[in-house]
Amino acid sequence: MSSNNGKNTSSDRPIFEISGFSFAYGETKILENVNFAANAGEFVCIVGPSGAGKTTLLQCLAGLRQPTGGEIRFKGEQVTAPPAELAVVFQDYSRSLMPWLSALQNIALPLKSAGQGKKQREAKALAALEEVGLAAAADLYPWELSGGMQQRVAIARALAYEPALVIMDEPFASVDAQTRADLEDLTLRIKDHLGITVVLVTHDIDEAVYLSDRVVALSGRPATVVDVVDVNLGNQRDQITTKERPEFAGLRSRLYRLIRRPEQQAPAAPAAAEIH
Amino acid sequence: MALNVPTKTSSRSRKRPWFKTLLWQSWLPLSALAVIWVASEQSTSVYFPPAAEVFRKISIVWFPDALVTDLLPSLGRLVLGFALAVLLGIAIGVLLGLFRSAETAVRPLTETARAIPGVALLPIAMMFFGTGESMKLVMIVFIAMWPIVLNTIEGVRSVDPALRNVMASFRITALDRFRSVYLPAAMPQIFSGARISLAIAVAVMIAVEMFGTPGGIGYFIRDAQQTFRIIDMWTGLVILGLFGYTLNVIFRALEDRVLRWQKRMAKHVQGES
Repeated sequence: MSSNNGKNTSSDRPIFEISGFSFAYGETKILENVNFAANAGEFVCIVGPSGAGKTTLLQCLAGLRQPTGGEIRFKGEQVTAPPAELAVVFQDYSRSLMPWLSALQNIALPLKSAGQGKKQREAKALAALEEVGLAAAADLYPWELSGGMQQRVAIARALAYEPALVIMDEPFASVDAQTRADLEDLTLRIKDHLGITVVLVTHDIDEAVYLSDRVVALSGRPATVVDVVDVNLGNQRDQITTKERPEFAGLRSRLYRLIRRPEQQAPAAPAAAEIH
Repeated sequence: MALNVPTKTSSRSRKRPWFKTLLWQSWLPLSALAVIWVASEQSTSVYFPPAAEVFRKISIVWFPDALVTDLLPSLGRLVLGFALAVLLGIAIGVLLGLFRSAETAVRPLTETARAIPGVALLPIAMMFFGTGESMKLVMIVFIAMWPIVLNTIEGVRSVDPALRNVMASFRITALDRFRSVYLPAAMPQIFSGARISLAIAVAVMIAVEMFGTPGGIGYFIRDAQQTFRIIDMWTGLVILGLFGYTLNVIFRALEDRVLRWQKRMAKHVQGES
């Protein structure tokens, strides 16, 4: 895998392309005319208010759902089923690991289905656990681990799958702040180390700016891409110094304004007046 | 990064010594036996012979003659019948659990079939299969498998819908979904169904043996009663009790092994609260 860092790859062929994408539940349009793409090695965050269909978009990208309009291409191929080189880290770690399998077995299961031998898949699973700093927990069951550790096992499962693209759906939404910061830094380090592309959905704008090379902002009803913001904060990010930089604050404010709901945009009106 | 990985031993609770367990389990049966022993000592009733007589007769009747002619055939029948009931019950249960429409379509049939007490099928089974081995086996399998079927359906349905997305996105094959997801997920419920099935299988076995060709504990008990060997009849009941108890011990050992993860999880959760 190449170790492109997303800065010089804009001329590369995109790893995925979403074009003219729309999704509707019956008559209710959730997403309409969504267009964006990501290049290999990029870290792209998708932000938007809750209910903007971020998870739906990710599920379509992962091949778990079919769009009702437009198309998604992954490595040039139209996505109609989950592609082999794509792994997902789900939002709810406690429900995405099998409680009857140990951490190692959870990570090795997709490799078993891919036809890999026992020795090979266990070696890969152990290497992935080492990558997330959990080699000592290989034989423990998920429910013997803390929330943050469980999510790290889920990340290790995605890594052992050797994907070109990792999709993460609000992966750090249900852990405490300190663990969240640790997991953010872990994700950045792994992404650099393995040269993979990461698409991460979050409702936390600080997190999006901190992690991304680019932020895709979704807003409106039905939601669409209101802007794609380049984050030029360099490759080395730090929880304290990066967030102190004026550019960080500028990007943060810009994104907040972008995704703010229309009813919140009248600054003079007190909140209570909005309630009928 | 500082890690605080719990060790295996910390989650395992201390085990009660085996002799204590044995003591706790045996005080009630032993005292009951003692009461019966003393109470029946002076009995002159033909129907309730002294317990001492019954126990003296056990070694004469059962070792080794009736052991070969009656106990072993019963054991073979039960093990084979129960094993088939488990396999068939899990197979049908998984299919019906995964394909909801299929389950809805056959539910009236299964509910009706379940409402008929199994033994009521005995005359019909005898009509089609005679009074030999095949009839006995068909009856055991067909009647005992229902609790496993129904529990497997429930167990398969209990799989978290979130795991379906996990399996789909990681392209888990159908065989691995069965082996590594649906079967282990349903296993606790399959076991509680199998426990009921085992009891039913023993009951059906005794019933079909009473009506079928010679050989088996059920046949022995009925034959002894009809030829007025009342003491022998009682020995058959004692043997049957020991037979059932042994089966339960084996079943529990198997359950502890297969459901180790679940027992450990239950202990773990209790430990936290």
